[in-house]
Amino acid sequence: MINMQGVTKVYSNGVTALNGIDVHIEKGEFVYVVGPSGAGKTSFIKMMYREETATEGEVILDGQNLNKIKNKEIPFLRRNIGVVYQDFKLLPKLTVYENVAFALEVIEESPRRIRRSVMKVLDQVGLKHKARFIPAQLSGGEKQRVAIARAIVNKPKLLIADEPTGNLDPDTSWEIMKIFEDINANGTTLVMATHSKEIVNKLRKRVIAMENGQIVRDEQRGEYGYEI
Amino acid sequence: MKFNTTKRHFKEGAKNIFRNSWMSVASIGAVTTTLILVGVFLALILNINHFASNIEDEVQLNVYIDLIAEEDDISQLGEEIRKISQVVSVEFSSKEDELDKLMSSLGDDGEMWELFEQSNPLSDVYIVKTAEATQYRAVAEVVSQMDFVDEVNYREDTVDTLLTFNHYARIIGLSFVAALLLTAMYLISNTIRMTILARQEEISIMKLVGAKNSFIRGPFFVEGLLLGIIGSIIPIGLVVAGYYYLSNYVNLAIPFFDWLPFNPFIWQLSLLLLAIGAVIGVWGSVMSVRKFLRI
Repeated sequence: MINMQGVTKVYSNGVTALNGIDVHIEKGEFVYVVGPSGAGKTSFIKMMYREETATEGEVILDGQNLNKIKNKEIPFLRRNIGVVYQDFKLLPKLTVYENVAFALEVIEESPRRIRRSVMKVLDQVGLKHKARFIPAQLSGGEKQRVAIARAIVNKPKLLIADEPTGNLDPDTSWEIMKIFEDINANGTTLVMATHSKEIVNKLRKRVIAMENGQIVRDEQRGEYGYEI
Repeated sequence: MKFNTTKRHFKEGAKNIFRNSWMSVASIGAVTTTLILVGVFLALILNINHFASNIEDEVQLNVYIDLIAEEDDISQLGEEIRKISQVVSVEFSSKEDELDKLMSSLGDDGEMWELFEQSNPLSDVYIVKTAEATQYRAVAEVVSQMDFVDEVNYREDTVDTLLTFNHYARIIGLSFVAALLLTAMYLISNTIRMTILARQEEISIMKLVGAKNSFIRGPFFVEGLLLGIIGSIIPIGLVVAGYYYLSNYVNLAIPFFDWLPFNPFIWQLSLLLLAIGAVIGVWGSVMSVRKFLRI
């Protein structure tokens, strides 16, 4: 699914965020990316949906070389990737339903398909009954579930989550992880950057640990391995 | 592009105008002011142009033929003038014709000239026309050097002054119009930039879920188009009303000034103003969105 070789990222201000990353992630895997702040986790993740491009090295996603992809093709690449953030990034004036439907409207889906897909995905994340609420009326966990619904409504092959539980209490975090497990069980590859020791150590998956822009550890069924 | 998409762009674009109502009013105001000035200037320039080209059409080069010239000499001179490349027509007018013309142009006073019919003091004349008014000076110089030419005359002072005036009027008028248009465009692009900043979050989500740049651009394109078109309504009204008034009343006061006729000129001008409004609106929006969408 994802193949990185010798990926280095130097920002225009001279900061080296990634330094010679080699990694291979199989289709259907569930991967945690851990490490201290500033280790390069977010840059690493952004490489995958071409929010950033590599200064050196190659990023291959599903057979496509992201360094060589044309600007015009990027939107179509992103339609196969869902992204979830710590701060949800919902549109405050739209209802839950509209926030999710938005993702399909802007890729010009037909209204009929939008209606069907949105209700189905809201059911999947357990928010069907709150479809008419606006984000301000929801709890943090519910907001994150809306964001996840928006990310997966187009059935992406890859779901990327950057600190998805960072703003949530432990109980709510487990609700979110349950949803992620379900999504992964349906065949979607999942990459999640996190600071949550508890989640990583209890829900054992592959762990990629980063420090100073390099991968320092890569274990199947790994542990968090840092003291906070 | 799908019909639903187009409909959405128009809905969103129109919504944007109301969301940023003050900035919209400001840019519509800018377009309106600009287009009123542009409209007045264009009407003026085009009329001056029309007036000048009418006069230019009337300019002719009179070549007075020496009294001693024989018939053969005269026809040979005619041939030589015809050979000059800028010359489009050469017409012979005998001294009798000239006297007739003179008498009829003087009206009743002309009758006294009838005395001269026995001993006509005028010369035979070649009336020469060139393709462009600016070419008379050069042609006159060449012809004056030819044999049996007594004098050449094309009302030099009038024609030269007119040409110079017309030249500068066009340049000044057009640069003024261009400066006005750039100002309006700048103001529109600022409005659109405000809209974009207000919707930055929305745009970043659109990009994230895979919206095409053309799709993101759509509503802003519509917004600019609408701002430009709305801004051109008042100027068109004013120009139409003003020109109607002018052509009805001032025409009577200054009858020698040949105004472009109200119909179709004013409709063409209105259409032009509408088009200019739409173009600066769209251009202003494209300029500001382009910067933002660069990846």
